[in-house]
Amino acid sequence: MNRSQPLVLGIESSCDETGVGIVRGTTLLTNTVSSSMDEHVRFGGVIPEIASRAHLDAFVPTLRQALAEAAVTLEDIDAIAVTSGPGLAGALMVGVCAAKALAVATGKPLYAINHLVAHVGVGLLDGNPDGGAGAGRSAALASGLGHGGRLPENLGALLVSGGHTEILKINSITSDVQLLGSTIDDAAGEAYDKVARILGLGYPGGPAIDKLAPTGNPKAIRFPRGLSQPKYMGTAQEPGKHRYDWSFSGLKTAVARCVEQFEARGEEVPVADIAAAFQEAVVDVITSKAVLACREQGIKDVLLGGGVAANSRLRELTGQRCALAGIKLHVPPLDLCTDNGAMVAALGAQLVMAGIRPSGIRFAPDSSMPVTAVSLPA
Amino acid sequence: MLILAIDTSAVASAALVSDDALEGVVASFSTEDTRSHAEVLAPGIEDLLASAGVTGRDIDAIVTGVGPGPFTGLRSGIATARTLAFVWDKPLYGLMSLDAVALEVAESTDAAAEFLVVTDARRKEVYWARYSLAEGQLPQLEDGPHVSFAADLPDLPAYGAGAGLYSDVLRADPGFSNEQPDALYLGQFALARLAAGAQLLDSTPLYLRESDAQVPGPRKRAL
Ligand SMILES: [Zn+2]
Repeated sequence: MNRSQPLVLGIESSCDETGVGIVRGTTLLTNTVSSSMDEHVRFGGVIPEIASRAHLDAFVPTLRQALAEAAVTLEDIDAIAVTSGPGLAGALMVGVCAAKALAVATGKPLYAINHLVAHVGVGLLDGNPDGGAGAGRSAALASGLGHGGRLPENLGALLVSGGHTEILKINSITSDVQLLGSTIDDAAGEAYDKVARILGLGYPGGPAIDKLAPTGNPKAIRFPRGLSQPKYMGTAQEPGKHRYDWSFSGLKTAVARCVEQFEARGEEVPVADIAAAFQEAVVDVITSKAVLACREQGIKDVLLGGGVAANSRLRELTGQRCALAGIKLHVPPLDLCTDNGAMVAALGAQLVMAGIRPSGIRFAPDSSMPVTAVSLPA
Repeated sequence: MLILAIDTSAVASAALVSDDALEGVVASFSTEDTRSHAEVLAPGIEDLLASAGVTGRDIDAIVTGVGPGPFTGLRSGIATARTLAFVWDKPLYGLMSLDAVALEVAESTDAAAEFLVVTDARRKEVYWARYSLAEGQLPQLEDGPHVSFAADLPDLPAYGAGAGLYSDVLRADPGFSNEQPDALYLGQFALARLAAGAQLLDSTPLYLRESDAQVPGPRKRAL
């Protein structure tokens, strides 16, 4: 196996995107994604069974397309990597079974990879100097983390999506990742979806609210910032139980109450103001807690990942607050922030280059895989 | 002709069957467990190929059970079969999973001329199909597959683990009351049908149930 520039194929199926990505070392060759998002629109959220059915039908076509785009064959591949968790159990199962079959049929080593750490791994990609599918993104990627495939030493990652909301500390991307804080109930993206539904703005909620919010007054209403009371926060010396954690379910309820009150009074619901105030509450509490965690944990570089990284206000406020705290913010191109196979391949390549042993084909997917498991042992 | 057959509609199983081998069977494995398909299937297939000294190149076709069966487990086998067929560039066929039990019934000595095959559909329901049997013929699917309450099935001898589970309301054959669809019989069925020039299904899963998703109604306004 080529251990210095391994050709790795990554498979992602933890939510509603079927992704197959191929990298050579830290060079992106292709990032092929098939999404079932459209099928979930009428339900106002991801339906796990619909996502799983879509993964089954999308996998082989996505694989075929990825191989064609990268102009490689399965014989050329050095290793296969697959998301084994966290994620939706039934959805993970499809990708894991397909990846294992691929390993059996090709005889290539298989790595079972943590989805959250893979979101960080994507920051190591440095574009494709030879052209091809990765061309045109070299500049964007080179300004990110991954120059020469080395990560900064005091690195954190803020991951915000429809499925997760976490702040991580990356001591070693292949072997030592710490969860500093996470949501204790809904993910931030889920809160956007639920609030967009309350406001009648459709699905997915993030882009809809982000588009409307600038036309409203974010100060018109003050919505709660979950888990920010002193009893949860404590102090730097004596941190409370949820100092770096988030909660968005109370916020969603507050929005619903607010709308009901306007309706009960027979007044028109100020949808734009509510959207703006909600977005401000989410983004304020995410960024303030994330930056607090970074300052207290000595983090100097932060990678922003997950689908909600597309949110204009989140990018803006994270940028401002990181700058004030002397923290460097890195945001990968958006198609690498949302769930994709390239990030799985990118982390897989790091594992190969670090000499980590593959996971074999006997592991089970784990819908609540902890970040302390970067990859599963054989 | 060498076929790799896979079924995960109930338990996980795989088999290598060939018209050159004694009784058609080269090698097979199956689990008791109905919930660990993702762990056991790929290693099982790998061991199966190794024990038979066979590689992907030697296989002529892949056959997968397409259910009905619990969705997540069912998909494990189909995802595996589709991927193997893609990598090895082999034809892929589907077979209704209850056919496996029907063939097993047909090969037993006291099979009825008309019977049901019944498996557990969970949620107090069963998957079932009705078959007829003529001397020296493969079992013929007459009706199904369906998903229903056991009490609503036709009054016929019933075979399979679903019949065993509801023997209070079904005429369950005690010799088959733990029997699950097995890739071994599915592979033999496929061999026989292909030899007879019959068509097989594609690998589209027979879910028989919708995804359970509810389209949310309009939010109630506070008045
Ligand atoms: Zn994600």
